[in-house]
Amino acid sequence: MRMEKGGRLIGLVMQTVVVGGIIYLGYLLFHNTQANLEARNIASGFGFFSVEAGFPISNALLPYSPADTYGYAFFIGTLNTLYVAFFGIIATTFIGIFIGVARVSTNWLIAKLAEIYVETLRNIPLLLILFFTYGVVLAGLPGPRSSLNPFSGFFINNRGLYLPKPLFQNDFVFVLLALVFGLIIAFVVSRWSVIYRDKTGIVIPSGWIGLGVIIGLPAVTYFAMSSPLSWEIAVLKGFNFQGGIVFRPEFSALMIGLVLYTAAFIGENVRSGIQSVDVGQLDAAKSFGVSKGTIMRRVVLPQAFRVIIPATTNDYTSLVKNSSLAVAIGYPDMVSVGGTIIGQNDQAIEIIGLWMAVYLAINLIISAIMNWVNSKAQLVER
Amino acid sequence: MMVSKDIMIQMIDVNKWYGNFHVLKEINLAVHKGECIVICGPSGSGKSTLIRCINHLEYHQEGQIIVDGTKLTKNLKNIEKIRSEVGMVFQSFNLFPHLTILQNLTFAPIWVRRLPRAEAEKIAIKHLKRVQILEQADKFPGQLSGGQQQRVAIARALCMNPKVILFDEPTSALDPEMVKEVLDVMVELANEGITMVCVTHEMGFAKTVANRIIFMDGGEIVEENEPNDFFNNPRWDRTQLFLSQIL
Amino acid sequence: MTFSQSWSGSNLKVFKPLPSRPAPRQTAGLIGWLRTNLFNGWFNSVLTVMALGLLWQIVPPFLSWAIFDAVWTGGSNACPPGYEGACWAFIFNKFRVLMVGLYPSDHLLRPILAGIIFITLAAVTVFRLLEPKKLIALWFLLPLPVYWLIAGGFGLTGVDQSLWGGLMLSLGLATIGVLMSLPLGILLALGRQSNFAIIKSISIGIIEPVRGVPLITILFMASVMMPLFLPAGLNINNLLRVQIGIIIFSAAYMAEVVRGGLQAISLGQYDAAKSIGLNYWKATALIVLPQALRHVIPSLIGRCIALFKDTTLVIIVGLLDFLGMVKASAQDPEWLGHDAEAYVFCAFVFWVICFCMSRYGRSLERKKEEK
Repeated sequence: MRMEKGGRLIGLVMQTVVVGGIIYLGYLLFHNTQANLEARNIASGFGFFSVEAGFPISNALLPYSPADTYGYAFFIGTLNTLYVAFFGIIATTFIGIFIGVARVSTNWLIAKLAEIYVETLRNIPLLLILFFTYGVVLAGLPGPRSSLNPFSGFFINNRGLYLPKPLFQNDFVFVLLALVFGLIIAFVVSRWSVIYRDKTGIVIPSGWIGLGVIIGLPAVTYFAMSSPLSWEIAVLKGFNFQGGIVFRPEFSALMIGLVLYTAAFIGENVRSGIQSVDVGQLDAAKSFGVSKGTIMRRVVLPQAFRVIIPATTNDYTSLVKNSSLAVAIGYPDMVSVGGTIIGQNDQAIEIIGLWMAVYLAINLIISAIMNWVNSKAQLVER
Repeated sequence: MMVSKDIMIQMIDVNKWYGNFHVLKEINLAVHKGECIVICGPSGSGKSTLIRCINHLEYHQEGQIIVDGTKLTKNLKNIEKIRSEVGMVFQSFNLFPHLTILQNLTFAPIWVRRLPRAEAEKIAIKHLKRVQILEQADKFPGQLSGGQQQRVAIARALCMNPKVILFDEPTSALDPEMVKEVLDVMVELANEGITMVCVTHEMGFAKTVANRIIFMDGGEIVEENEPNDFFNNPRWDRTQLFLSQIL
Repeated sequence: MTFSQSWSGSNLKVFKPLPSRPAPRQTAGLIGWLRTNLFNGWFNSVLTVMALGLLWQIVPPFLSWAIFDAVWTGGSNACPPGYEGACWAFIFNKFRVLMVGLYPSDHLLRPILAGIIFITLAAVTVFRLLEPKKLIALWFLLPLPVYWLIAGGFGLTGVDQSLWGGLMLSLGLATIGVLMSLPLGILLALGRQSNFAIIKSISIGIIEPVRGVPLITILFMASVMMPLFLPAGLNINNLLRVQIGIIIFSAAYMAEVVRGGLQAISLGQYDAAKSIGLNYWKATALIVLPQALRHVIPSLIGRCIALFKDTTLVIIVGLLDFLGMVKASAQDPEWLGHDAEAYVFCAFVFWVICFCMSRYGRSLERKKEEK
């Protein structure tokens, strides 16, 4: 809106008034808060970080004991949030893509089942799914003594999911090096095959070659080094299992709920992305005799991604924010641990401020990464 | 317009159903090399369905379709091979909006004929010059007018050096002032001896270049004749009714 | 283009069209449908068989549990422990608290009346029995009689907010949340579009942080932090604090939806409005906003559904909404072991309400496209 001269003066006055009002409000808030904190004997500042925590944390990724500080406890909680966010996003992407592709399948039954999945999960609250998974499904598993044993070394019971723990010997480092080497080779091959195709028209299956190298090189190295890997299997001692890797029900319920719920939304994004491509283009591409795979990769997906990526960014940040529901089923994420700390020392302002800072930082990182992915999607067709 | 004795497309007793609706009835048709065939008829008569059966965009339940000596079966390799020899131009152009004009033209030669990019681009430029749209090579379809897009679509079909080009109402979606520029290109192609099968309402075009006009109604071929006889001496009352409505 | 009219009638034969035949059995009817949709190619056939196998494992046991073997009536001894069927008697027994929480039973008529008013207004909206302007006005007036009925005062005995709960509380939080956050969101969206740097910064400064953090942190802020900000002596009860938190949270998201609508309206609209003498506020309210909002109605409905589901989080700050009451009821020592029934019932009710809202949103979208 363009403004006339008189309007500009009014605008300036108005903004000054607003700023003044905000400053005054801020002062009032500050003053009240000081008074209230004093009256209730609540400390200020982050000094509490070095105070001994005194409460246990199950499911800690790093060693933790109640003798550690509040600061360390909060750090453990934050680590858990990041852990759930990272693997949650990866898992939900795979499942979401699967659901989205199923939704547009020519197989009526598969498409219908995917539709039922999406319509069911999108219309019920995530917290309900978490309570149900934790309180009914996982709690309904048999006790340790009658665990489910689907594969050797795998045990499922109401105390958790037990997997064999890999014990890496020294020579395993070579297998890792082979993996890194394989990734580099796969990358180089894929780049070079594009140039080769441009020059000669011959298509090299760089995807398969890359996959083969990434899996094959480490595998060969593994056997060449006479299998530098042994396993620690969980063993039932008394009432419980000891050893192995264990995923506790709190973690499992949170992951299952988050991943399945978010996948419904991502599936819808994928579906609407694929369907946004006009069917006439498929007709045109088919009419040239272009193979189905090439049509998908070169005509449908580049256009679908334009729609899918921004919407999915939203869903990723939602998953991270929803991970805070962990507090309701007892998984010690950042909110859960922070809530415990608030319960003990009432320093809500500091803790809540930390929460906000961490979530905003995670969001920024996810947005930045997705913006980069989005720009790559534009480059693909040039 | 040199018409050889060789038959390019042959349809024998072709029948097609959509569910239980009998949409193509006992279609028998032979298109010779170098011919320009125009198919006309009221809407819903099955004209588009017929030509879409030729390159298997629609599947026929009964009968045989033979293109350049190869019979059309359900085998995917066979279908793709036939499709690479049959070009198609659509009513709604169907250019790939995320690719430039040049990339639209080089797409099929690169991915189907496996040509090196440089060679594909040479062919593309040649055809862009032919339809007089070379200056738009680096633009995107969304930046072009309807008439320009359709000319690009024709050039795109030509890049595969097809033995036959199918036209599915190529000018029906164009504003009147752009119809001429597209028809001019099509007339040129016909004069060069390219085998063409056109579904169209443009009777002036038909009179100028068509070797034969086929009139379809209710899923079957009613009348098939040379333009002069078709317009002046229709054999069936149905044909006359149709002509009186469109002329 | 003239054609000689030499159609001598005697040369014209009467055309006899070919009769239509039914399609060959292999391709039409049930078999045809099965072949194209379920068994089209070996890959699809395998998928179909696997999917049918999965359904066979899940659906019949679920149906026997939920319907055929279920117990529908009786007291707490009607469902012996270890019984294989669902105990819906549990739900019927707890129905009152699930609906209205701890609301005193001798005043039940009041929430029931409030519920009837609410459902009537919803029905009138869905079936478009009144014009939009009247509907909007009625929705904004709705809280008054409903609040009076539930809270009391002016002739009715007061019922403290700590006794409110159940589905009544969920719907109340969601409805007030939507009604208050939409105008607030509109203001924020307009602020974000503003040319005044201060206004724009404040708007963004509110919208982005609120959208970037989980609802739980906002609820914690409202529930735990707000008492610290208020002058001593001014006490706002927990329910009100939580409601304010929900309103602020929803307003940020509404603002983004409205912003999308505003961006779809061309600047020319403002110019046109100014040229007929309207100032900024009148132009916005009368010309730009109605169009912008109409543009994004489906997204707004989506936000309403999301807000309704989000109200379940209030259990974490100590309020017993529908999900909270469901969970609490399942802990009743007389009725232990029926968590599954409780959650399934809760999911069913949520699903029905949310699904109806999304259907309504889709019908609005279709109406908009028809225009």
